[in-house]
Amino acid sequence: MPLAKSTVEHIRDLAARYPSKQSAIIPALWAVQHEQGYVTKEAMAEIAEHLGLPSSLIEATSSFYSMFLTKPEGRHDVVICVNAPCMLRGADEMAVYLQRALGVRDGQTTSDGAITWHSTIECLGACGGAPMMQVDHRFEENLTEERIDTIIERLRQPVAAGDGADVPAAEPPKRKTAPKRVRTEN
Amino acid sequence: MPVKPVLTKDFATENLEQLKVYERAAGYTGFKKALEMQPDELVELVKKSGLRGRGGAGFPTGNKWSFLPKGVYPRYLVCNADESEPGCFKDRYLIEKSPHQVLEGILIASYAIGSNLAFIYIRGEYLPQHDALETAIAEARQAGYIGKNILGKGYDIDVILHRGAGAYICGEETALLTSLEGYRGEPRLKPPFPAIKGLYGKPTIMNNVETVCNLPHIVNNGADWFAAMGTPTGKGTRVWCLSGHVNQPGNYELENGTPIRELIEEHGGGVWKNRKLKAFQPGGASMMVLLPEHLDVGLDFDAIQKAGSLAGAGAMVVMDETTCMVDAARRYVKFFSHESCGKCTPCREGTFWMANLFDRFEAGDAKPGDIDLLLDIGYSIDGRSFCPLGDASTWFPRSVIKFFRDEFQQHISEKGCPFKKPVEEAVA
Repeated sequence: MPLAKSTVEHIRDLAARYPSKQSAIIPALWAVQHEQGYVTKEAMAEIAEHLGLPSSLIEATSSFYSMFLTKPEGRHDVVICVNAPCMLRGADEMAVYLQRALGVRDGQTTSDGAITWHSTIECLGACGGAPMMQVDHRFEENLTEERIDTIIERLRQPVAAGDGADVPAAEPPKRKTAPKRVRTEN
Repeated sequence: MPVKPVLTKDFATENLEQLKVYERAAGYTGFKKALEMQPDELVELVKKSGLRGRGGAGFPTGNKWSFLPKGVYPRYLVCNADESEPGCFKDRYLIEKSPHQVLEGILIASYAIGSNLAFIYIRGEYLPQHDALETAIAEARQAGYIGKNILGKGYDIDVILHRGAGAYICGEETALLTSLEGYRGEPRLKPPFPAIKGLYGKPTIMNNVETVCNLPHIVNNGADWFAAMGTPTGKGTRVWCLSGHVNQPGNYELENGTPIRELIEEHGGGVWKNRKLKAFQPGGASMMVLLPEHLDVGLDFDAIQKAGSLAGAGAMVVMDETTCMVDAARRYVKFFSHESCGKCTPCREGTFWMANLFDRFEAGDAKPGDIDLLLDIGYSIDGRSFCPLGDASTWFPRSVIKFFRDEFQQHISEKGCPFKKPVEEAVA
């Protein structure tokens, strides 16, 4: 799928912004993920074209960074930290509860396409509010089983008709939060 | 008498993130004052203040600045906001509460080192904080603090906010520069140090968020004021991230040299659930464990080093008597294994095998020789890795083996974790 015109313009602007156009690779990947929800090989080839760089370079960079998704995920992503500071305050129990509540395993998407969850060992920087999870770039801290229930219920709200597929009805549109597509296969 | 907070003194003010409110709280007066001075005077001022970098290594900031080769331009200032050390969450706090304080510090540092282009590298996970900085930059540009001929003083400065994408290694300064240049975030050989050959091969100074936050206050109040706080070798205050088994985890700004006991017992409300303190870590995931007998050590780079650990990024992780030290070490080792960039063999393979061994201990499959095998692997990584990530991956586990070897033995003899059931599959 070709990139939207606005994304292409943004990538060109980025290239002009930095002393070296190569520095625009990571921001360009973010722009693509923002538009399409994940980053395909085709999109990386397009970035390469607009930046005037070999696409192998874009792929080499992209594959190093864990936040660039290579395939579509649920409309919302939920990441729960299980590093030591969170573990000390009960993150393992919360992760187990989350898994049971969602009914799918780490890394999978719920059957309604609403939520993809995974646990992470990379500290998210909220140890003072542990246990915590990141829900679409927002930190939910001091988790309890009840809070997890409330959050999941909110995220499971179906997409309202005519609202476009990208933004869930229960959530106000958020700037730069990667729009997630409904998962079509399981 | 305890010293008043410096960086966080206005954090209770509502809407401090807005330029107008920040200016009412004497915001940007430091930058204005700095522009009245010669850049060399500023470098001398910061040297005299004794400010040491808050990122972890504690290198004197003014000295770092003076390493720049004379007459080589362009040169860049990079603010390291890639906070990812487990246990550390203060950059997030400092940015969220007062993005303009960070920005003002960056502008002062840029002017002092003669840079016309500054970068902020913020970790990808901190999107709301990224947005806060983006708004602050736009406001500052509008107000004429960023742009051409700032306040009529003939100084030009631009600031580029750059968002990372999930890589702990990019907090290491040379890896950050590689990442900022658009490559895979792998570290580079030092020397040449970034001050000589950094971003795009040009002289570059990298300062941590907390470090630059100190600058407006030093410029406003003078070097002597700053040097009067803290210890002889650790001036000023530091924001400590307190987490783990305490009643009130959070960020606390305390004068350097304040006893660890005060942080944990007074500010943190003591160990939670009326339990006993077992151990704590004063510098985040990388740093060696300390014991209750070290509670009276001061919060200060040198004092903590003398006690056998390192202050590092200023993250205090507290562990109570119910903590399985083997599992705590296992989490950190898995973290380092996950975050190893793969460039050098000792770190890439070593952290992988340490993680495997730790899994064996928790699963009850460890054999009697495995404790020494862990130490042996640690020995093969530390000092043999390309960058500090590998070295640091071994410090906590080796210190835990030193102080809690009996817990490892117990994991072997009891064929599993004596503290709890094996971790369910869902996790890690």
